[in-house]
Amino acid sequence: MRTRDLTEILRHHPFISDLSDHYLQTLLSCVTNVRFKEGSYLFREGEEAGSFYLIRTGRVALEIHAGERGTIRVQTISPGEVLGWSWLISPYRWQFDACAVGDVRAFAFDGKCLRTKCETDHDFGYEMLRRFSHILEQHLKATRLQLLDVYKRQ
Amino acid sequence: MNSEVCIDPMIPLPARIQRVVWETDDTFTLLVEPKSENGKRFQFSPGQFNMLYAFGIGESAISISSDPLKQNAIAHTIHRLGFVTSELSRLRRGNFIGLRGPFGNGWPVDRVKGMDICIVAGGIGIAPLRPVLYSIFHNRKEYGRIFLLYGARTPLDLLYRVELEQWSKLSDINVLVTVDHSDSSWKGHIGVVTNLFSYITLNTLHTIAMVCGPEIMMKFTIRELQQRGIPLEQIYLSLERNMKCGIGLCGHCQFGPKFVCKDGPVFAYTQVSHFFEKREI
Repeated sequence: MRTRDLTEILRHHPFISDLSDHYLQTLLSCVTNVRFKEGSYLFREGEEAGSFYLIRTGRVALEIHAGERGTIRVQTISPGEVLGWSWLISPYRWQFDACAVGDVRAFAFDGKCLRTKCETDHDFGYEMLRRFSHILEQHLKATRLQLLDVYKRQ
Repeated sequence: MNSEVCIDPMIPLPARIQRVVWETDDTFTLLVEPKSENGKRFQFSPGQFNMLYAFGIGESAISISSDPLKQNAIAHTIHRLGFVTSELSRLRRGNFIGLRGPFGNGWPVDRVKGMDICIVAGGIGIAPLRPVLYSIFHNRKEYGRIFLLYGARTPLDLLYRVELEQWSKLSDINVLVTVDHSDSSWKGHIGVVTNLFSYITLNTLHTIAMVCGPEIMMKFTIRELQQRGIPLEQIYLSLERNMKCGIGLCGHCQFGPKFVCKDGPVFAYTQVSHFFEKREI
């Protein structure tokens, strides 16, 4: 895919639509276009968290292994959403498995590449943290509600 | 209360069970045929409820979940939980129950024509909202965009699965369903119902929200609606309390200065916002 096309596509993604051109180019230097077949895994729990993803098409399910209860899917990430923040937080290991529900197309951003950019340009690092803090807050709120198990049988 | 059918609101009328539909392993729908004292047909508004009497056991307040225009079979979707609902779950076609109602104030379906409608349901909370959808479908051109956001615990806990499937194929309603968790057989959304707001765009001044589900779920939903700029006066919710008389006399369902059976169960959020989150109430 040409860089110009990629810039246009990313420019419309809600996660980075308001990012300055300069920072968008910084992000672009760390991105690859990826595809996953239905049922394949984007990553597995415990593996090195080397990237984050902007999902373009398809859906990704986050799974956790719960012993005798088997594998439980606890969240899905849909087109337009961001998958993964473990690339940003030491020790950079995935906490869940991520399985493609249907064929998935996504942009993968290299975590090491981005961390280096964040270290060398703290303003860019702040922009990344600000955006990921918002995602983390959303997930934290949702997880709290999920933990309440509001539909639990009495 | 529709006094045309029940002359005394405290006296149950016999209602024959036409059909029992098991929606999940602990939730079922009773379709009943109420007999009036004066031969008039049973009429109700979306959001109203009936008191169903399992003879010799007791009464339970159950929302009406059927199409308001189909007056010959009134549906009640019931979660089997206590003595009364367990007894109701044992009944079969042809058996009789006692029925009082309909009671309470329903959803403002007629007053919000011309608006977009965002229906947010959690668990069995979809039951009192189903008549809203039927009413909208009967007069579809009189409403704007329709959103149905529905959350349940697992795929096996989803109610009205056949209808959800049918509605999701319609072009003039946006149906989004999610479950809190699942195994790999479920291909839909997983996560709490409030996550579904990420996938729709609401026209803030032109949208009416109707919310029903566990109170904690409604609390989070109202926060989400507020965050998205929906004015509080455009939010309606249905509350559940321990209802006995159904006509605001006994006080069992008192909620602050309101009686849920008589003043509700559907309230504009602004009517109850000042005590909705009060721990003491």
